[in-house]
Amino acid sequence: MTAPTVTRRAGGPDDAIGGVVPREVVRPGTVEEVADVVRAAAADGLTVVPVGGRSKLTWAAPPESCDLLLDVTGLDRVVEHVAGDLTVVAEAGVRLADLQAQLGQAGQLLGLDPPEDGATLGGVVSANASGPRRLHYGTTRDLLIGTTVVLADGTVAHAGGKVVKNVAGYDLGKLYTGAHGTLGVVVSTTWRLHPVPPARRLVTLELPDVAAAGPLSVALARSTLTPSAVELIGTAGGPGRLVVLFESIAESVADQARSTVALLGGGEESEDLPDDVGRRPGGADDVLLRLAHVPAALSPVLRALPAGTAVAAHAATGVSYAAVPAGEAVDMLPRLRAAIAEHDGTAVVLRAPEGLVGRLDHWGPVGDALDLMRRVKERFDPERRMSPGRFVGGL
Amino acid sequence: MTAIAEPDTSQRTADLSERLRAAVGTERVLTDRTQVRTYECDGLANFKVTPAIVVLAENRQHVVDTVRLCSEAGVPFVARGSGTGLSGGALPRADGVLLVTSRLRSIGAVDADNRQVTVEPGVINLWVTRDATPFDLAYAPDPSSQLVCSIGGNVAENAGGAHCLKYGFTVNHVLGAEVVLPDGEVVHLGGRAPEHPGYDLLGAFIGSEGTLGVATELTLRLIRVPEAVQTMLVGYRSVEDAAGTVSDIIAAGIVPAAVEMMDALAIEAAEAAVSCGYPEGAVAVLVIELDGPEVEVEAQFRQVEEIARRRNAFETRIAADAAERALMWKGRKSAFAAVGRISPSYFVQDGVIPRTKLPEVLAEIDRMADERGLRVANVFHAGDGNLHPLVLFDDAVEGQAHEAEELAGAILELCITSGGSITGEHGVGQEKRMKMGKQFTAEDLDTMQLVRCAFDPDGIANPGKVFPTPRLCGERPGVRTGEHPVQAAGLGEVF
Repeated sequence: MTAPTVTRRAGGPDDAIGGVVPREVVRPGTVEEVADVVRAAAADGLTVVPVGGRSKLTWAAPPESCDLLLDVTGLDRVVEHVAGDLTVVAEAGVRLADLQAQLGQAGQLLGLDPPEDGATLGGVVSANASGPRRLHYGTTRDLLIGTTVVLADGTVAHAGGKVVKNVAGYDLGKLYTGAHGTLGVVVSTTWRLHPVPPARRLVTLELPDVAAAGPLSVALARSTLTPSAVELIGTAGGPGRLVVLFESIAESVADQARSTVALLGGGEESEDLPDDVGRRPGGADDVLLRLAHVPAALSPVLRALPAGTAVAAHAATGVSYAAVPAGEAVDMLPRLRAAIAEHDGTAVVLRAPEGLVGRLDHWGPVGDALDLMRRVKERFDPERRMSPGRFVGGL
Repeated sequence: MTAIAEPDTSQRTADLSERLRAAVGTERVLTDRTQVRTYECDGLANFKVTPAIVVLAENRQHVVDTVRLCSEAGVPFVARGSGTGLSGGALPRADGVLLVTSRLRSIGAVDADNRQVTVEPGVINLWVTRDATPFDLAYAPDPSSQLVCSIGGNVAENAGGAHCLKYGFTVNHVLGAEVVLPDGEVVHLGGRAPEHPGYDLLGAFIGSEGTLGVATELTLRLIRVPEAVQTMLVGYRSVEDAAGTVSDIIAAGIVPAAVEMMDALAIEAAEAAVSCGYPEGAVAVLVIELDGPEVEVEAQFRQVEEIARRRNAFETRIAADAAERALMWKGRKSAFAAVGRISPSYFVQDGVIPRTKLPEVLAEIDRMADERGLRVANVFHAGDGNLHPLVLFDDAVEGQAHEAEELAGAILELCITSGGSITGEHGVGQEKRMKMGKQFTAEDLDTMQLVRCAFDPDGIANPGKVFPTPRLCGERPGVRTGEHPVQAAGLGEVF
């Protein structure tokens, strides 16, 4: 019997999520302790909101209630890294950056590069956070091969496994990805890894009009070039910069960078990745949106944004981030959503200045599967105690 | 071993067949015994059940009408595409409807700029790449049965193939699905964009083996055809050297498009069947394929050759052109059928182990086979540890089929204890559902059932598959019953 490692304290204003101050903050140190805490919360009918590095708390809507803020950063063990199998098992509170540093020692990486500082694996999964290299490695749904989750009643449930290829049973990792803690608490994650590429080369092209990136990105995607990322940084209605990143063996990145300059009709080659590549655009006064759309619709999506909006787009993937000036957001958001709908486009609010939080429709239209999502939520959390109200349709 | 069941001819199914005929047209509803018997099994022929009714749907409305009528009547249905599945996932129900989607075969225009295409579920896997080729695009998942298997079935089973190592599985290549839920409601999961707000129900649906509904339309992601492809065939005198080569390639930071391995018995079978000209005297061969930018493939291919040489490869052949590449693959892709040349009967297994455990697991499979006096041919996706042991037996020898089935089961348990899985791409289906309790805890399985109950509270979509124990959706988790309600009511049997 090991000594309990769970710590508890009263919640304070610094713990607030969307203005909701938790009654208590609980920080367990093991999966068993998480299960105990959640089971006790179930017995008392308490609402529970799990958090990790707290770097993306605004990505979901504010909870209706938060009795317990369940801090999983005490679950910080890298359980098993088998380099020969290119897999790792790590607890939810492990920081992504720490994991990458450890994997890097073995010449490997987890192919996720969201820029939020301090992000933990549990948070990355629950918020489905991604970065520029999603073009090459995909996102959590492509890399997460196993999960352990504590359900609303305290049940500890596994899905997937430790092998890359596995179709036994339902792939529940997909369901927990991007669910923002509304189905349970992600406590452990298993990933497929990739080798660290030995060389890097960039091509940077300045664009007088940011929207010119659309056709260029399509041309890149239809070519035989294999960039790790195609990033657009710029301002709607203004100039932009297209950065094409190659990561492979030296001969390949050199050759591909040359071909890219020819394909784009220009561009500067370099080796160092500028700091602003992969960062989310804008500042605290803006409303930060994540836009998803068919990849080739980048130009019309950019044109649908108010002039002056700072933009950072994973240009060849159909995922873009836009920082809309707060004053325009309330009126603009429904119009933007309507305008990009024809491109299967959606806009989700990731961050808004405090005064705007209740005035923006956080998730926007969800489509005809919302009732089914509600039925899934009801099965997993019939008492609506897990992160209530944080998700689509008030789930 | 062989489940035999007589089709249900009760008033209930007779009434349902009448309503189905009125809804979808008489010619699309089969109840004649000789006609419906054609559908008594899928690619796993040792399970056979004659369905009460077969519906040959030709469009979405037929699927919706069929599912809704089944739901209203409380009659189970099983969806089926081409019927090439190897785990009995499309095994019919004697008390139910077999809903065949193979006539839903239209393919939309390829959207080249977005690299996607929308297809109906009956479309054959290879047709997608055929249509995409003029745009230099391809559909990546390539199960060995890709000449005949359907996209709908691929989605149900989350089908894999030889190139999963680099490109992933069906789930990584489906962007959206139109799904008829088990009550007849139509929903759209995912779409054409890479992300949508809400739960990733598409991710849960893919690989659910027909237990969550029936897809009527699928939007598939296409990949750019790589600039260069290079394939080599390498012969070894020991399995350890072949497996060591795979480990060294991975350790060198190379991600091949495919690494396939066959052992001596599998080589013998392939040689007998398709004369693929594999190296004589090889105890193991690897088929290694790299693709990507030409400069990269050239450099890494040389590196792989060197790795193979250091691991005592005695023969290395490089495909000079597409025809030679096709021949190398022909031996591998026809391996299952080829085993018929060297054994009257065989079981195909599909297990996964961590790649690093390959040599010890193969040695243990050998030992287990010797102990029972049986032979096992091994064909596998070595890059991702996905084994396909083929357990050979002769039905004419008393008790041998039973022994072989036991060995196949023991191999799966070895996969589990090695940290792997009971299935990498064939699915759980009918065949392996009793093994699920060995890979997962009761709590794990109950959690999966929560999804099942959200989609299909009445349990009429392909019941009796995937899960070892039928569960009523009203039950508290942890409380299981032995009988399915349909069974309890005396309306059918759970096999």
